[in-house]
Amino acid sequence: MSLHYFIRKFITLIMTLLLITLLTFAAFTVIPGDAALSRLDMDATEEQVEALREEMGLNDPLPVRYFQWLSSALRGDFGESYQYSGVTVAELLATRLPVTLLLAVMSFLLILIISLPLGILSAMYVGKWLDTLINQLSQIVMAVPAFFLGMLMTYLFGLVLKWFQPGAFIDPFEDFAGCVRYMIFPAIAVALPKIGMVVKFLRNSILSELNQDYVRTARSRGARSFRILYGHVLKNALIPVITFLAMVIAEILAGSIVVEQVFGLPGMGRLLVTSISSRDYPVVQAIVTYITSVVVIINFIVDILYQFVDPRVRTTS
Amino acid sequence: MNEQISGQPRRHPHNGDTDFSAGRTVPRMKKKHNYSLIIGLTLSIALALMALIGHFWTPYSPTAMNASAVNMAPCLAHPLGTDNFGRDILSRIMNGSGITYLVAASTVLIGAVGGTIVGAFTGYFGGLLDEIVMRLNDVLLSFPSVLLALLFISFLGEGTENLILALGILFIPSFARIVRSEMIRCRELDFVRSAKVTGVGTLRIIFAHILPNSFVSMLTSAAIGFNNAVLAEASMSYLGLGVQPPNASLGRMLSEAQSYLYVAPWYAIAPGVTIILMILGFSLISEGLRGMQRN
Repeated sequence: MSLHYFIRKFITLIMTLLLITLLTFAAFTVIPGDAALSRLDMDATEEQVEALREEMGLNDPLPVRYFQWLSSALRGDFGESYQYSGVTVAELLATRLPVTLLLAVMSFLLILIISLPLGILSAMYVGKWLDTLINQLSQIVMAVPAFFLGMLMTYLFGLVLKWFQPGAFIDPFEDFAGCVRYMIFPAIAVALPKIGMVVKFLRNSILSELNQDYVRTARSRGARSFRILYGHVLKNALIPVITFLAMVIAEILAGSIVVEQVFGLPGMGRLLVTSISSRDYPVVQAIVTYITSVVVIINFIVDILYQFVDPRVRTTS
Repeated sequence: MNEQISGQPRRHPHNGDTDFSAGRTVPRMKKKHNYSLIIGLTLSIALALMALIGHFWTPYSPTAMNASAVNMAPCLAHPLGTDNFGRDILSRIMNGSGITYLVAASTVLIGAVGGTIVGAFTGYFGGLLDEIVMRLNDVLLSFPSVLLALLFISFLGEGTENLILALGILFIPSFARIVRSEMIRCRELDFVRSAKVTGVGTLRIIFAHILPNSFVSMLTSAAIGFNNAVLAEASMSYLGLGVQPPNASLGRMLSEAQSYLYVAPWYAIAPGVTIILMILGFSLISEGLRGMQRN
C-alpha cells in the first residue's frame, strides 16, 4: 500500500473528525437555554449567574470555547452532567460503554457466524429451493425492526418460556457469563435484520464474481465447482463484503440504541435517550461525538484494509 | 463441448456439483414475472388505502377510552383487541399508519427535491463546490438513518415536525448522488450538446433534458427512502422522541404496549406486524424496480 494513499486518507479522517466535532459543538451552542442558569436554583441573583457564566467560560468567544472543549474532550473530559449533579460525563460513560460494546461485539459475531455460511450456501444452490428459501427469509427478516423483534423475544423467551428474566440485567463485572447469557437475546434482536442484509449482499457478490472470465477459464481446465468457489471465487467475493460490514457496524450501533431500551440494558443508547429527554447536553454532546467518531474511524480502517486485500485498488489510485 | 457451444448450461451429473455457468446466475422466475414488484405494490397500496380510510373513518374513535373493555383479546367487536385504556387497536392502527405515511412521504419529498437540486448543480457544473458537497454526502451516507435521526433530534428537540425535518435532510445525500451521477454521465453526450447548440437554457437542459433519465433510479431510491423513514419514525416514536401522545403512531403504540406485553401481547403484535408489512412492501418494490433496470 502506498504511503501516499494512507496519508491522504488519514488527513481526510482528521478533517472529517474536526468537522464533526465543530458541528456538534456549534449545534449545542445555538440551542436555546443557558447552561449556567440550569445549574443554579430558580432564585439565583443576576450577579451569581454572571459569575458562574464567567467561571464556566461561557463569556469567551466561540473559537476559544471550541478549542477548550476539544482539548478537554480529547483527554476524555466532557464536563459535568446536568441531570446527575456532581457526576462527570466521563464517569457516566465509563459504566455504560462496556455494556454497549459487549452488545455490539456479540451482535457482530452472530452476524458473521450465521450470514457467511448462509450466503455461500445460497449462492451455491442458486435458483434451487434452498436459495429461494434463504432469499425469502432474508427479505422478511430485513423488514423486522430490531426493537419489535426484541419485544417478541421478550414475550416468547422471557415471559412464556422464562429462559431469562426481562429487565433483570446482570452486571458484566460481577458475573460475565451470566451477562453474556442475558445479552444473547438483545444481540439476536440486533443481529437478525442485519443477517438478512449480509446474506443477500454476499450471495449477489459471489454470483457476480462467478460471471468473471477467470471462472470460465478454471472451469474449462476442468476444475471442480467446489474448488473454483473456495479456491478462487470466495477470496474475491468477500472483498466488497468488507466494505459492507463497515456499514453493518454503524447499523449495529443504531440498532443497539433502540434495543437497549427494550431489554432495559444500562448502555450508551439508553443514556443518550434519557439525556435527550432531560436536555442533559454535555452527555448528549459526548455520546454524539463518540458514536460519530467510531463510525468515521471504522470507515477509515475499512478503506485501509481494502487496500491490503485488493491490489487492484492500489494500482488505480 | 457441444453443450458449451450451443449455450446450454453445463451440468455435472456424475458428482452432483452445483452449476455455476453464467446463464444460470439469474433466477428463472424473474424472467417471467416481476413478482417482487407485483407483491410489493399490492401490499403497499392495500396498506395506504387502509391509512387513507383511517383518516376519514375508523370503526371506533382512535382516542375514545372504554373502561369496560380494557386489554380485550381479539374478538368480533374488536378484531385486533383493545389496549390498556380500552381503545380499539384496529382503529388506532388505521389512524396511526396515516401519520407514519405522512412522515415517510414528507421526508422522501424533502429528500428528493433537495437532493435533485443539490445533485443537479454539483453534477452539472462540477468544481470545488462539487468536491466539498460530495465529501459531506459520503460522511452522511455512512451513518444509518435511525442514528442520524437520533442525532438531529438531540439538536432540534422531539416532535413530529422536527422528525420530518431531520429525516428529510438526511435523505438529501442519497438522491443527490443519483442525480449527480446522471448529470456527469449525460453532460457530455450528444443530445445535451445539440441542445446547447440550439440555444436551450442551462436550467432547461438540467431539469427537462437530463433529469428524466434518472427517473427509475430515483423511484428505487424513493422506495428505499420510504423504508428507512418508516423504520426511523417507528424507532423514534418508540423511544418517545417522535410523534407525541395522544396521537397514535405505530412506534408509539409499540412503546405503550411494552408494559402490557404479558397480559395483552396482541397490543404489540398488531402495530409491529403492520410496520413489517409496510417495510416489506417498499423493499419488494425497490427490488422489483432494480430487476426492471437490469432487464
